[in-house]
Amino acid sequence: MTDIPIRPSIRRRHEAIGGKLVSRLTIALSLLVGIALFFLYQRFVYGLGAVTNINNGYPWGIWVVWDVIIATGFACGGYAMALLVYILNRGEFHPMIRSALTASVFGYSLGGLSVLIDLGRYWNFWHILSPSYFNPGSVMFEVAACITLYIVVLWIEWFPTFLEWLGTRGIQKAFERMLFVFIGLGVLLPSMHQSSLGSLLIAMGYQVHPLWQTPFLPILFLMTALCMGYAVVIFEATLAAVGFARDVREELPLLEKLGKVVASVLLMFMVLRFADIIDRGQTGRLTEGNLQTAMFWIETVLFAFPIAAFSFGSGQSRMSRLFPAAASMLAGAVLYRIDAFLVAYNSPTHWHYFPSAPEILVTLGVIAIEVLAYIVFVKKFPILPGHEYR
Amino acid sequence: MSCNRRDFMRGGLGGAAAAAACATLGASPAEARENKKVPGNAIGLLYDSTLCIGCKACMSACKTTNELPLDDNVGGKLWDTPFELSGKTYTVIKVYQDGTSVNKDQVKDGFAHIKRQCLHCIDPSCVSVCPVKAMTKNPETGIVSYNADACIGCRYCVAACPFHVPQFQYDTPFPRIAKCQLCKEELAKGDIPACAKVCPTGATLFGSYNALSKEIERRKDMKPGEANVFPRRTVDSGDTYERAAAHYTEEVYGAKALGGTQVRYLAGVPFDKFDLPVGLPERSYASQSESMQEALYSGLTVPAAAFAGLMLAAYFGTKNLHDDEEG
Repeated sequence: MTDIPIRPSIRRRHEAIGGKLVSRLTIALSLLVGIALFFLYQRFVYGLGAVTNINNGYPWGIWVVWDVIIATGFACGGYAMALLVYILNRGEFHPMIRSALTASVFGYSLGGLSVLIDLGRYWNFWHILSPSYFNPGSVMFEVAACITLYIVVLWIEWFPTFLEWLGTRGIQKAFERMLFVFIGLGVLLPSMHQSSLGSLLIAMGYQVHPLWQTPFLPILFLMTALCMGYAVVIFEATLAAVGFARDVREELPLLEKLGKVVASVLLMFMVLRFADIIDRGQTGRLTEGNLQTAMFWIETVLFAFPIAAFSFGSGQSRMSRLFPAAASMLAGAVLYRIDAFLVAYNSPTHWHYFPSAPEILVTLGVIAIEVLAYIVFVKKFPILPGHEYR
Repeated sequence: MSCNRRDFMRGGLGGAAAAAACATLGASPAEARENKKVPGNAIGLLYDSTLCIGCKACMSACKTTNELPLDDNVGGKLWDTPFELSGKTYTVIKVYQDGTSVNKDQVKDGFAHIKRQCLHCIDPSCVSVCPVKAMTKNPETGIVSYNADACIGCRYCVAACPFHVPQFQYDTPFPRIAKCQLCKEELAKGDIPACAKVCPTGATLFGSYNALSKEIERRKDMKPGEANVFPRRTVDSGDTYERAAAHYTEEVYGAKALGGTQVRYLAGVPFDKFDLPVGLPERSYASQSESMQEALYSGLTVPAAAFAGLMLAAYFGTKNLHDDEEG
């Protein structure tokens, strides 16, 4: 047994943090949601072109790349923590799993809803779940079916929080005993579709720049998904500490450990990525004077910083670097996914894409809904680790 | 007590789960599928750029037959003026121009026509990537068809097509994917595709894949400048005329790249001059993508094994936590 002894205090159950729901922040967020709804009305009445800048050269814009591909990456906290707590049996992280899971529930649910906004023929979406339409060779089929199932699984995983809020301790216990099935699925499904998000690009062949196009896309995407999951937990814990004026000193050693996990996975990611580029004989691309090469190096710097910041230094100096390191990790992963799908995507020269203002405002509206829901839920439900010991 | 169980877990089940995960990710490409083969009764088109006079009769006939709206890009509401394939246009004649543009089918100071349309790939990416089988390839004729009733509008076909053919309609709340389906309704009536039917010079020629292959061979053997007989409409229509053969470039567009296509091009200038992708590998992207999916998900055996391992690990993992909480 090599575990650090678990502090009895931090093993306490979760608590609702309470407080008023109406604040300047929640009003501003609601305003953003309202603006998004206005443009969504236009999108559904006049078509995708009335609101977005997507075109036949760049058929996927930020409503796909941000709202689904990046947003589900941000929502990997529940997946990454479940892997750590339940599969690798690191019980010491148990107090952090609920807040991670709550963020995942909203991230994935909103990602799923965003798909319906972006789909041209959304009224046919159910075909994804109807066997007569299945095309198992399609990566998109795997992604769509798997994400839909995972959203259901996430709500089931989250259900004990609701039962605890109801105060039905007996039912909650019984429910938690059978939860292992869904925890298994909750680790399996994201491993499948997060890697498939990378596989989506393989069929695009020469159209994706060689610094991104590789048979290792699935594992590279899975690694960034895991890192995003842990980085989001660190990011949210430190942000929640400021936003809700919570004292998180007790959680810091755990966050620091998560940082080390990120550093190790990210290091493997970097080694694999560079080894693959060398192996494919594409090293010449690393020194070209174009946008793609520049973006590749920005990604690399954003990934290198958290590896260093999470690995070196000790005690307080490392603590103070948690937030910037997690932010840098997330920025690198966001860029990696944007680059792979948009910057590295090579369309005929007469096509260009940059999101329109209404397109961005809809995406901001979706983010606002997520943040609003998170604020409401942590205030009303027992989600964040309890601090009764002080 | 929970200590022992946990140690057991980490050594045993955790390892099993990790092994399953490794098996998932490192699945061997041994079961890689090959490129698909030309269907038995494959049909297609041959577009010979050197015969094309740029009259655009094919574009007009295509619009009429497929009931497509005009695509006015120059304003003034004068003509149908598509610059490229679009949600309103299944085929478009484009022209390469250089310098004074006086020499037909020559690179320097020359010009040459090209017909853009769906090439009806032998191993199409759009069919492979479509999540709901809205894109299908007829197993007999090889026609790549689109079924709007199945389509969810995800536009993966638009993104994946190596030739940038499928076009999504962004200007309507009820969009479809627009692409040539080789006038399958006309074929069902015993007619031929509208573009080949109206082409005055036989630049667009309809026929079986094999007959067109022979015709391509025949033309490649012609001596430039020598009088030769060229058919119109179909290879064996009997409607022929005589003219001097042009000089053809080495490449037959659609012969081999990405597994080949059933619509093929001959031209007098290299195909990269037409902004067409050249130098593509022979292995189809569809086969690469599907091989990866098959290795990971064939029969769902790998996910099932991983699920069993994960579930077992989670069973003991949650049990420990409950024991701890109660203890």
